[in-house]
Amino acid sequence: MTDTTATPAHFDAAGHDEAHHDADHKPGFFVRWFMSTNHKDIGTLYLIFAIVAGIIGGAISGMMRMELAEPGIQYLEAWTGETGNAALHFWNVMITAHGLIMVFFMVMPAMIGGFGNWFVPLMIGAPDMAFPRMNNISFWLLVPAFLLLMGSTQVMGTTGLGGGTGWTVYAPLSTQPGGPATDMAILSLHLAGASSILGAVNFITTIFNMRAPGMTLHKMPLFVWSVLVTAFLLLLSLPVLAAAITMLLTDRNFGTVFFDAAGGGDPLLYQHLFWFFGHPEVYIMILPGFGMVSQIVATFSKKPVFGYLGMAYAMVAIGVVGFVVWAHHMFTVGLSLNMKLYFTAATMVIAVPTGIKIFSWIATMWGGSVSFKTPMMWALGFIFMFTIGGVTGVVLANGGFDNYVHDTYYVVAHFHYVLSLGAVFGIFAGWYYWFGKMFGKMYNEFLGHLHFWVFFVGVNILFFPMHFLGLDGMPRRYPDYADSQAYWNEIASYGYVIMGVGMLIFFVNMAWSLVAGKKAADNYWGEGATTLEWTLSSPPPYHQFNKLPKID
Amino acid sequence: MSFALQRKNRRSAIMAALLVAGMVSLGFASVPLYRIFCQVTGFGGTTQRVEAMAGDMVATGEMVTIRFDSNTSRNLPWNFVPERHTNRIGIGERQIAFYRAENLGARPVTGTATFNVTPLEAGQYFNKIQCFCFTEQTLQPGEAVRMPVTYFVDPAILDDPDIGDVEEITLSYTFYPVDENAS
Repeated sequence: MTDTTATPAHFDAAGHDEAHHDADHKPGFFVRWFMSTNHKDIGTLYLIFAIVAGIIGGAISGMMRMELAEPGIQYLEAWTGETGNAALHFWNVMITAHGLIMVFFMVMPAMIGGFGNWFVPLMIGAPDMAFPRMNNISFWLLVPAFLLLMGSTQVMGTTGLGGGTGWTVYAPLSTQPGGPATDMAILSLHLAGASSILGAVNFITTIFNMRAPGMTLHKMPLFVWSVLVTAFLLLLSLPVLAAAITMLLTDRNFGTVFFDAAGGGDPLLYQHLFWFFGHPEVYIMILPGFGMVSQIVATFSKKPVFGYLGMAYAMVAIGVVGFVVWAHHMFTVGLSLNMKLYFTAATMVIAVPTGIKIFSWIATMWGGSVSFKTPMMWALGFIFMFTIGGVTGVVLANGGFDNYVHDTYYVVAHFHYVLSLGAVFGIFAGWYYWFGKMFGKMYNEFLGHLHFWVFFVGVNILFFPMHFLGLDGMPRRYPDYADSQAYWNEIASYGYVIMGVGMLIFFVNMAWSLVAGKKAADNYWGEGATTLEWTLSSPPPYHQFNKLPKID
Repeated sequence: MSFALQRKNRRSAIMAALLVAGMVSLGFASVPLYRIFCQVTGFGGTTQRVEAMAGDMVATGEMVTIRFDSNTSRNLPWNFVPERHTNRIGIGERQIAFYRAENLGARPVTGTATFNVTPLEAGQYFNKIQCFCFTEQTLQPGEAVRMPVTYFVDPAILDDPDIGDVEEITLSYTFYPVDENAS
């Protein structure tokens, strides 16, 4: 991305020279962290939030792999102190909590709230976000949302404590009478959605109006492009989810029958509305990862990214087409042949812009001076894993084939390859790439590599066997399975343990780095890192770009 | 932040907020839109409602079996069954079928029926002229009624490559209580 370059020689807005007391004056602890309007501090809050949520969501998946390690029910009764359906209901609560936490409280806050807040203003040369106080509200809406979701597991659902609807909250399961657990989960989604919509408005305004002089849209770093597209997807899709779950709430509490066949409603309509949101949502989770990987691959190949405009508009294309493929999540509901035909074809079309991105990353590395630092390893892992997930995605896009593997572990394997291994690898890539920039200390390179390799091996052993289980007909969302499926389930559970060891290495690395890490230089990646954040100190001054940088 | 930038930012935010409001409205508008879509296209096996048979419609001589299906919500103490389970009819012929409903409960209950046909693709060709499902039915304790449905299968079905060779169409009803709130 030489065309988006601004080297330190071009200007001296970095802030080290000017007004230390002004640019770097920080308020006291409480005001700084609880009433923050500073995009970098809010970004840090989001990242901390995502780590906490990720630990909880990851622990829940650990409990699920524990139960699934052997056929039969081993732990559910001990964990709940109940028997029968009440114990089994806890399984549904876990899958629901795991899905909602990972989607709304881990990946989205990390990618958009965390890295987006931190680096969009820095990369476009803006002093802060357009609406700093709205930014604060966005973050603090997320906290009660998370508390509501966590609280919902402690109140009555249908046959036990907690909501057991799955992250999709399908009617009529979600409109069954019972305690307030599902209502709390729905309200949690409302709050998380409002938080994301406010964030999206903020990003769009910032990116459109506050770019440094000379930075045209076509000179913007690809990460900023990815956040811009993501913000539009949020703006267009989340309100539809909000409408759908509001109807669920009124169906549950006020006697409406939007999704109740008994009153002339249609439960299928809920699925259409949910997936009209849900499909763009999966791109919301992966697009910022695309952006980060583009920056990282270019940096460590010491080359501008191959096909910059193609990369930017591929993301736009993915965003647009992502809105017209939703019913491929619903192939088994009784769509007509022609609708299956359309949704199969439209879904496969998405492989084209995605392919443009994959090949452009490879072309960026081709002939480059590639160095395999930790962020680059994660970026390469991202490309590799996401491609595997993309291949099974094309397989699943076929309406005919989907009849056989719908709601099996094949689907679980597919979306964990693109999300757990795609989005999460993207997050780790960005985390290691910008760790020194954000916190002023360098991470440990050896531990970073060790984390990568252990995690990489772990998640592959964890998720790859799920393809076999799915093809063998193991349905998702069940705590038990046929004895013949025990072999791969046991191996998958070992994979979880290896992944968990990888995460331990990560936390050791973070603790070590924050305490004893080397001081990070301004641009510790050298000539390959050309975007504006590298012209600033590490960490950047509390207020940056008081004098706007100029881009030629 | 300069005054000009603040104004520009406010305008962008308002545009974005309008977009959000538009999508929320679209979300709620989808409820009637979806119903209209189903009625017009016969999506999901939605049958068509007509006032009368078109005058120029002629029986084709092609035959199809109609199977009658009945379901009752567990909250409705009714016995609801078709008088005949199948009927072999000519495509394009006007037919009448009867269902019987009896209130087994101890108090008067109002019920209403939802309906569709399978194969789902047959919905747009299955026309009802008169049906007990168009209105609510109230039965006194112990009361039994015969309820008619007048229907015909549009001969255009024969030209549809997806469904033209259909041998049997199932007409299904599910009776629900009206006065009781959903769930």
